[in-house]
Amino acid sequence: MKAPVLQPFEQLRYALWIDWGARIGLAVLVALFFAYATGILEPLVPHERLPEVWQLPATQYVEATAMPTGWHWLTQVQRGDIANLIGIALLAGCSLPALLVVLPLYVRRGERHLAWIGAAEIAVLLLAASGLLTAGH
Amino acid sequence: MHRVVALGALAVIACVVAAPAHAADAAAAAAAGSSMPWWFWPLALFVACFVMGIVAVPAGIGGGTLFVPIVGGFFPFHLDFVRGAGLLVALASALAAAPMLLRSGLANLRLALPLALVASASSIGGALLGLALPVAAVQTALGVIVLGIVVLMFVSKRSEFPIVAAPDPLSRALALHGVFVDGATGKHVEWQVHRTPAGLATFLVIGVLAGMFGIGAGWANVPALNLLMGAPLKVSAGTSGLVLSLVDSSAAWVYVNKGAVLPMIAVPSVVGMMLGARIGARLLTVLRASVIRRLVIGVLLFAGLRALLKGLGVWT
Repeated sequence: MKAPVLQPFEQLRYALWIDWGARIGLAVLVALFFAYATGILEPLVPHERLPEVWQLPATQYVEATAMPTGWHWLTQVQRGDIANLIGIALLAGCSLPALLVVLPLYVRRGERHLAWIGAAEIAVLLLAASGLLTAGH
Repeated sequence: MHRVVALGALAVIACVVAAPAHAADAAAAAAAGSSMPWWFWPLALFVACFVMGIVAVPAGIGGGTLFVPIVGGFFPFHLDFVRGAGLLVALASALAAAPMLLRSGLANLRLALPLALVASASSIGGALLGLALPVAAVQTALGVIVLGIVVLMFVSKRSEFPIVAAPDPLSRALALHGVFVDGATGKHVEWQVHRTPAGLATFLVIGVLAGMFGIGAGWANVPALNLLMGAPLKVSAGTSGLVLSLVDSSAAWVYVNKGAVLPMIAVPSVVGMMLGARIGARLLTVLRASVIRRLVIGVLLFAGLRALLKGLGVWT
C-alpha cells in the first residue's frame, strides 16, 4: 500500500471551510427548526394554516401569508418560520467564504485563469443571492 | 456532522411529540381540505426521506433525484416548494460529502470550478424559468426527465479508468489533472481529461435542468465527467458532488428569494435524507445493490409516469 497522496493546499483549505460552513449551517438549521416546530418561536404562518397554503404556488403563498421576499425576511427574523432561513442561507452561502479563501492562493501561484474562474463563480453566487433576479407564475 | 443530523432527527421527533398539543389543529386542517392534521405531512415526509436516503446510496443515485418526483407526485405540497426543498436536500448532501472527497482526491476543485461556473450560471436561468412556467408544463417536463433518467440508468455504461491519450488545449491551460489512491487496489491513479469545451456545454444544459426541476444532477454529471471528459469513475462521482454543491447553491438562492422554500417541508426532508444516507452507507455491504437499484428504477418509473400524467391532467 502506497502512502496517501497529499492533495493541493488550496483544495484542502477549501475542504476545511465548507466542512465547517456546512456543520454550522446544519446545526443552526436544526436548532431553529426545533424552536419553530415546538412553538418556542412564534411563526408568521401558524402551523395549522400550513395545509391551506403549502398547496399554493410560491407567488400566491407569498401574497396569502404576507411572507417577505428577497432579503426582507431579515426584518422579521424573530418569527420561527422565517428564522429558519438563517440556517438555509448559511448552507446556501457556505461556498462563498471557501472560494474567497482559495482565490489568493491561485493568484499567488500565478494561476490567473483559475483565479478568474473562481472570481466569476463568486459573482454568480452573489448575483443569485442578491434577490435582483425575479420570476413567478 | 452525524451529531448534527442526529440532533435534527430529534428536532423532527420533538415536533411530533409536541403535536398532540395541537390536536385542535386537525379540525383546522380538515377545513383546509385535508383530513390530516398539519404535522402528519412533515412527519410522513421525514419518514419518506429517511427511506429514500437509505436506498439512494446502494442504488448509486443522489437522494435529490428521488426526492422531487416522489414528493412532488405523492405529497400535497405545491411543486414550487418541493423543488425548493429538493435543491436544499441535494445541497446539504453534497456539502456533507465534499470535504472528505476533496481530502482524498476523489473530488477535484480544479476540475469542478470551470464546470460549476457554467452550470451555476445556467441554474439561475433554470430556476427562474421553473418558477415562471405554468406548473403543468414543469410537471410534464419533470415526468419526461425522470423517465429519461430511468432509461439512462438502464443503458448507461461506465468506464472505471477511461483512456485519455492527450488533454485538449483548454484542459492543458487549466491543468485539469490530478492523482488519487484507489482504495480497491491501493494504487496511485493519475488522470487527465479531454473534450473540455464539450464538457462545459453539457454542464450548461445540466445547470438549467438542476435549477428548473430542483433535482440533484448527479445522474447527468457523472456520465458527462466519466464518458465524455474521461475522468475516472470515482473522480467523476466525487467531483459531481462538488459541482452540485455550487450549482444548487445558486439555484437555491433564487427559490429562497422568491419565498419558495418552506422550512416545514425543507428541514424534515434534509434531516431525514442525511440520516437515511448514513444508514444506507453502512448497509452498503449487507444489501444487494443490484436489487435495490432495480427497486429504485421501478419507483422512479412509477413517479415519472405519475409526474407526466399529472402534468398532462390525466392523473391529478
